[in-house]
Amino acid sequence: MSDTNKKKPNRRDFILTATTAAGAVGVGAAVWPLIDQMNPDASVKALASTEVDVSSVQPGQSITVLWRGKPVFIKHRTPQEIEEARKVDLKELKHPEKDEDRAKKPEWLVTLGICTHLGCVPLTNKGDFEGGWFCPCHGSHYDTSGRVRSGPAPTNLEVPEYTFVDSNTIKIG
Amino acid sequence: MKKLFAINIKIILIFLIHCCVAYSAGNGSALLKQDWSFKSFFGTFDRASLQRGYQVYTEVCASCHSMQYLSYRNLAEEGGPEFSLEQAKAIASNFEVTDGPNSDGEMFTRPAKLSDKFVMPYANTEEAKLSNGGAYPPDMSVLVKARAGGADYIYSVILGYEDPPEGMVLDDGVYYNKYMYGNKIKMPPQLYEDLVIYSDGTPATPEQMAKDVTTFLAWTAEPKLEERHKFGFRAIIYLLILTILVYFSMKRIWSRVETKV
Amino acid sequence: MSSHEYTPSSKFGKWFNDRLPLLTLTNHLTDYPTPKNLNYWWTFGGILTFCLITQIITGLVLAMHYVAHADLAFGSVEHIMRDVNYGWLIRYVHANGASMFFLAVYIHIFRALYYGSYKSPREVIWIIGMLIYFLMMATAFLGYVLPWGQMSFWGATVITNLFSAIPLIGESVTHWLWGGYSVDNPTLTRFFSLHYLFPFLILGLVILHIWALHVPGNNNPIGIDIKKPSNDTVPFHPYIVIKDIFALLIFLIIFAFFVFFSPNILGHSDNYIEANPLVTPAHIVPEWYLLPFYAILRSVPDKLLGVIAMFAAIFVLVILPWLDTSKVRSALFRPIYKQFYWFLVADVLILGYMGAMPAEGIYLLIARVATAYYFIHFLVILPILGKKERTLNIPLSITEPVLGGMLNPSMAKAKKDTEKINSLG
Repeated sequence: MSDTNKKKPNRRDFILTATTAAGAVGVGAAVWPLIDQMNPDASVKALASTEVDVSSVQPGQSITVLWRGKPVFIKHRTPQEIEEARKVDLKELKHPEKDEDRAKKPEWLVTLGICTHLGCVPLTNKGDFEGGWFCPCHGSHYDTSGRVRSGPAPTNLEVPEYTFVDSNTIKIG
Repeated sequence: MKKLFAINIKIILIFLIHCCVAYSAGNGSALLKQDWSFKSFFGTFDRASLQRGYQVYTEVCASCHSMQYLSYRNLAEEGGPEFSLEQAKAIASNFEVTDGPNSDGEMFTRPAKLSDKFVMPYANTEEAKLSNGGAYPPDMSVLVKARAGGADYIYSVILGYEDPPEGMVLDDGVYYNKYMYGNKIKMPPQLYEDLVIYSDGTPATPEQMAKDVTTFLAWTAEPKLEERHKFGFRAIIYLLILTILVYFSMKRIWSRVETKV
Repeated sequence: MSSHEYTPSSKFGKWFNDRLPLLTLTNHLTDYPTPKNLNYWWTFGGILTFCLITQIITGLVLAMHYVAHADLAFGSVEHIMRDVNYGWLIRYVHANGASMFFLAVYIHIFRALYYGSYKSPREVIWIIGMLIYFLMMATAFLGYVLPWGQMSFWGATVITNLFSAIPLIGESVTHWLWGGYSVDNPTLTRFFSLHYLFPFLILGLVILHIWALHVPGNNNPIGIDIKKPSNDTVPFHPYIVIKDIFALLIFLIIFAFFVFFSPNILGHSDNYIEANPLVTPAHIVPEWYLLPFYAILRSVPDKLLGVIAMFAAIFVLVILPWLDTSKVRSALFRPIYKQFYWFLVADVLILGYMGAMPAEGIYLLIARVATAYYFIHFLVILPILGKKERTLNIPLSITEPVLGGMLNPSMAKAKKDTEKINSLG
């Protein structure tokens, strides 16, 4: 190399440091839009909530609706099923949650239809618990409150945010 | 040689200027120019004008012209007419949309929600043509960007109706428009004094309504314009600062060799 | 190439480098001896690399949201502009980026023409460069079709119809290109696929372009061969890097003005009207960077010959190293060539302007004269000029004119020797 190369740049040189820092900030600012574009866009966000008419769901029946691209179970529980769910001793549960905390109105159970193990959709009215769910992928059993009772699933079926718009309409999200 | 070279450069320059002038001139009558608030570097939309413009669009234009890329939620978004969320919801609920199929396998109608697209006046372009004497009323979502003169052109066409020059015979359902390409237009003149009643008390003159609806259409064509201007200003300030910093860094680095940069 | 062998200082570095000499490569790139008198016209190589990477990254991102279907493409672009986070920014950068890319490549090409960078021993760099340029035009054309606006559709129709000029098999070729009997959905999907592929081919060619450059090293404004490394060179890093960054930033400011303040000025308003096979726009114009070739195409009254002329216009550039017979590279020492160079610049600008005008009357006449001159420049003027022109004295090294400020008479004596060196180079 030529002799000019021997003088190494002075690390404490203010102008060079400032330039590098300013350049780094700019690169960061330019990269953000490229990352953020993969986040849910405005049209997806606008669909973040769904209203469901449940007037035709008879006691003992359950429907599956799509919300944010995921299945949601809405189960109209019978008095026996509610009683069944309430009398369980919390100590028996892998993920102790009271049924009262999971259902805003006792006769309506709303949960995400996604097994907490690896995301399969559990089958309704299958498994070891009458009126519960069974996940065919890896054999998790859920009770009538959607709580995991056996199998590899670590937690109960998730309860999404929902409100009763009126007695027949549930707004999820 | 130097002289020849200079002449050469001059020829190129004159030529370039000529290009620019020719490019910007376009054809037809010179358009009616307006001081659009959104044109300048810091340009933003006039919020009140956008809201009035929406009123004109929905009461006058929307019966023939679709707006297929807009959703009702856009009306409440930043940088637009900025109706409140409640107002936007109320606007949406005035429209009926087809949804379904329901559990009986049938389509049904319901009031529109914020996430719904603007309701179209016609089921398809064929129906639109049939109802408008064979001319398709263009979708208005990006209309301002789809016309060479932009906002000025739209404004001019709305106000450009005149009696045809002598000797020109127009077919039935064809109107003479000073600014329209080819001067013949199938859309009848739309705006007349007090066609709409503005809730803010602005007198609804044709000029006012044309200005408002054009502003609204400029927004629908370019809904991120305000964000873009804001970003652009910041980006250029940043680039200028960084350029200056890099310039001095470059001088510093090149001072190690005896060559001017 | 640096003459000494590079050995990494760390033990791991050495271990790794023996297996994959990445560090040797990095060292070669940073130490690469570069003529110290390169002016700002030489910064466009770096700017072009930036442009290519920007186009690839923004394009990749747009492909995540774009839908290549005749019914959905136009709407998906509007979806990007309205709903996708920063979608408007990414699309405008990509759309204007194409124009900026071409602006830079034209400056890059005309720099090479002025300073004779295509001459021995850099012919292969030049030819690879022309291949890149050709692929760029193809990629830009394919990309312009994707928004599926009126100009997209009719541009695609006109350009693909060029192939129908081929005798006998023309029609079959166009049907094969379209995947149907007109430009339609199958055309759009394959154009999208190819538009995605080509930039990576360009990237590969760019690597070859730079590799080929690093064999003889950079040309320079004086156009003489220099000893590398020597007093006439500086290492690429940090000297050339910082200079390239400075020029890039100036370029970016112009770029930003387009993106943020007039993002649609370089496009055509008709492309915001969705494609309609029943209505042709009043006049179809390609993007500005293709206009000179479009003018050449239209100035020939015969369909097949027009297409041939257009491709020939690019081909004469490919064989330019053998058309220009002068041994002296830089126009600085070729007073007559310098004049003709500027005539060529004006000629290409005129062709570009005529490409945007309707092909009739005076416009057509001027376009024909300009087309003829374009070919005369390369096929007649350059070969003769190289033999007849009296060139000026050429300095021996870069350092001397820089230090002396002017060419001094003593250098004139050295001219013959220099020419010998040049011809050996």
